[in-house]
Amino acid sequence: MLLRHTPKEVVERSALTINPAKTCQPVGAMYAALGIHKCLPHSHGSQGCCAYHRSALTRHYAEPIMASTSSFTEGASVFGGQSNMLESINNIFALYDPDIIAVNTTCLSEVIGDDLNQIINRAIADNKIPKGKTVMYASTPSFKGSHVTGYANMLTAMVQNFATNTGKKNKSITLLPSFVEPSDMSEIKHIAAEMGIDYIMYPDTSGVVNAPMDGKFHMYPKGGTPREKIIASGDSRYALALGRVGTFQAAQLLDSKCKVKTEILDLPIGISATDAFIDKLRTTSGVTVPESITVERGQLVDVLCDKAQYVYGKKISLMGDPDILFGLVQFCKDAGMEVIHVITGTPAGAKWDRRIKELAGPNAIVKSGAQADLFYFHQLLQNTKPDLIFGNTYCKYIARDMDIPLIRTGFPIYDRIGHSYFPITGYRGGLHLLVKILDVFMDRQDRDASEEKFELVM
Amino acid sequence: MVEVLEARKQQVLEKGKDTYALECEKASTAGSVSQRACVFCGSRVVLYPIADALHLIHGPIGCAAYTWELRGSLSSGPELHRLSFSTDLKENDVIYGGEKKLYAALTELINEYKPKAAFVYCTCIIGLIGDDVDAVCAKVEKEHGIQVIPVHSEGFKGTKKDGYKAACEGAFKLTGKDNTTPVSDFSINILGEFNLAGETWIIKDYYKRMGIEVTSCITGDGRVGEIGKAHRARLNVVQCSGSMTYLAKMMEKEYGIPFIRVSYFGIEDMSKALYDVADFFNNEKIMENTKELVRSEVSDLLPRLAEFRKDLEGKKAGVYVGGSFKAFSMVKALRHLGMETVVVGSQTGSPEDYEYLKEITNEGTIILDDTNPLELSGFILEKGADLLIGGVKERPIAYKMGIGFCDHNHERKEALAGFEGMLNFAREVHNSVTSPVWKYSPARMKAQEKKI
Ligand code: SF4
Ligand code: SF4
Repeated sequence: MLLRHTPKEVVERSALTINPAKTCQPVGAMYAALGIHKCLPHSHGSQGCCAYHRSALTRHYAEPIMASTSSFTEGASVFGGQSNMLESINNIFALYDPDIIAVNTTCLSEVIGDDLNQIINRAIADNKIPKGKTVMYASTPSFKGSHVTGYANMLTAMVQNFATNTGKKNKSITLLPSFVEPSDMSEIKHIAAEMGIDYIMYPDTSGVVNAPMDGKFHMYPKGGTPREKIIASGDSRYALALGRVGTFQAAQLLDSKCKVKTEILDLPIGISATDAFIDKLRTTSGVTVPESITVERGQLVDVLCDKAQYVYGKKISLMGDPDILFGLVQFCKDAGMEVIHVITGTPAGAKWDRRIKELAGPNAIVKSGAQADLFYFHQLLQNTKPDLIFGNTYCKYIARDMDIPLIRTGFPIYDRIGHSYFPITGYRGGLHLLVKILDVFMDRQDRDASEEKFELVM
Repeated sequence: MVEVLEARKQQVLEKGKDTYALECEKASTAGSVSQRACVFCGSRVVLYPIADALHLIHGPIGCAAYTWELRGSLSSGPELHRLSFSTDLKENDVIYGGEKKLYAALTELINEYKPKAAFVYCTCIIGLIGDDVDAVCAKVEKEHGIQVIPVHSEGFKGTKKDGYKAACEGAFKLTGKDNTTPVSDFSINILGEFNLAGETWIIKDYYKRMGIEVTSCITGDGRVGEIGKAHRARLNVVQCSGSMTYLAKMMEKEYGIPFIRVSYFGIEDMSKALYDVADFFNNEKIMENTKELVRSEVSDLLPRLAEFRKDLEGKKAGVYVGGSFKAFSMVKALRHLGMETVVVGSQTGSPEDYEYLKEITNEGTIILDDTNPLELSGFILEKGADLLIGGVKERPIAYKMGIGFCDHNHERKEALAGFEGMLNFAREVHNSVTSPVWKYSPARMKAQEKKI
């Protein structure tokens, strides 16, 4: 067995990450950029990074993921990547014709110290950027942060480059979601639309990385937020950012740059967080909650009450992305489960640590950052075995080793499908999540039941 | 018309129409959506299957995260290679250097896991910040009494091919250690077979049936100890020549072991590989065994292939794979299934490789080097292919177009090498191409309407 080497005793490690619970910034930036319509992510560095990031997203979404690369060679790493970047801009507009090139840096270009601002200005001065087109960039060195911070940085770049305050407010409110699945983006839109709210949301990867099959390969699928909308977000009445770690910076910038009043909420995962989101939409827009939403909520609560005994008191361990973990932990608590471990490889900050500890309860072990890796997670689980794990695909080794069921959440998920089609946000997402949890526990109960206790009705 | 970037015009040709020699072995055009990876990727995939060695990736986290468990190289014993170890460099390390961290990480890991050897992969920024990785490795080697081998695979220092070279240098350092364990007169090393989906086991079994000892396999299901006696085998048999010829040449020079290049894919190439090895030993018994083996395997296989061929006759295929040797075998293997290859390319082919591809393909075939999705999908559509053979990034492209797909890269779950691999290949191609799901593709539905 792959993980038989993991010793139970936890010793402090300083120099080493074993089986990381995170990955690097550019992949998150690339994902965020895909949420703008007709935007081509571009990786400024050597080919390898870009190939890896595309492969990671391709595996996770089972979709063609497009991104170009500056193709650094030794020359570029000595003399800087300016000429590669300028050549890239030329070639990309000539061949792939995007509206926007969203550049993310890699470790390499960061260490060399390429000044993307200056390079882009140079491209503008040299008339290399066709009229109406944009080249934007986010700095995403991977020796800081994780895929979530990369996402956050690209989202911030969107505000920086596009959001414009014309002095004349429009009717819409702006929604900035953290790193979640396209299905979750859809669900957030569904709630806003159901409530009759005029909204602008970005990024929006629905319809891009879960696009329908129509017999053609599209460089730019139909989905993604149009740039005009992002520009108009600077005039919106109000902005709600969902999931602090992924959106904080962007929200702040929208506030300071465009004077859009901005508030940060948790991602609407689970009942309480979705309640809070809907309530905020209601009060800021002066609308009433429609019957349809009340029904969705009622259904979720109904199922939860019906089957609460199957989840009550169950021990849960979670690893994943910081914003999603909030929702999941809260949801577990709402259902009467006991959260015993929460880890994220993303350095989410002391505030996150504190808040999630509060939420999870005094007995839960919480850790974030580099040393919160899956090796450590496995050690924790060996010391106290949970009934269920929430985590990404890599947790499957631990799950198998210890015979614990795993519900796949977060990034990456390489071995199951559905995450990009069925949400975990909103009440409908909550119901979907709850059904998954129930399936796991009830399947176990069936599996482990003795002959005489194996029953038809549960 | 498929649009091709000006700078790439000479990297694409149509057989029979274009007369120029295909341009290749150059860096990808900046700004292209290249399907290629980096030096590090090259060395990682080659050395990865050595299962009782420690593989530590020195650099920021991503390089380690992306190469963790993504290649199905199976091991029949230890599985240390499947864990992901990284020094996970932070900003401070980038500024002040990562040597201390590397030393500490190596020490911790060697104490914990007692590996037989250790590889330290240097990724891009290590090359830039200038850590003296060699010195750290030498120090740890002395302290722990196992080989600690730096692999200089900084991503930007070339292409995947340079990574192969770095890996070969690394693997070479493991050879020449064991001079006592007896080695047969009829012994070979298998080079460049990575045990994806257990393929090494299939191939090893063939050699065993021929009466030949496999002294070591570099690197499929590899062991440090086994590679230690590789220098005493009589012949190196190189599959995946793109990656391992360099090692074979080093071993030829240093130990006087000759080598031959083979491919284990498809009926002809597989049979030829076995015959070439038998020829080399010039031994009646071995030759007889080989004939018997090929005869029984092929006569078993052919009728079963015919089943699949019935449905596949006249269908067309596109092939885009990493190495060009694999592309050759694919063209031939597809022919056995009654299929014509209409688009074919690789990421790393040489001029001679492309000349050979020209020889074995039909008029009108598109041949391309280091292509991108826009071109690839364009040519596939233009030529009306029913199947694409490629790797992870090509799969969804094929599906979006509503055509079949066969993974011939790291991710495949089926063994495709050997005679039984050919059967798996045929089945996979058959099932994918004839799957009823394609009839729901709007493009196909339209085509169908037109026909009626
Ligand atoms: S960690 Fe840095 S160098 Fe490695 S893949 Fe990510 S961006 Fe590239
Ligand atoms: S940083 Fe360098 S070594 Fe790592 S994936 Fe990128 S190109 Fe390859």
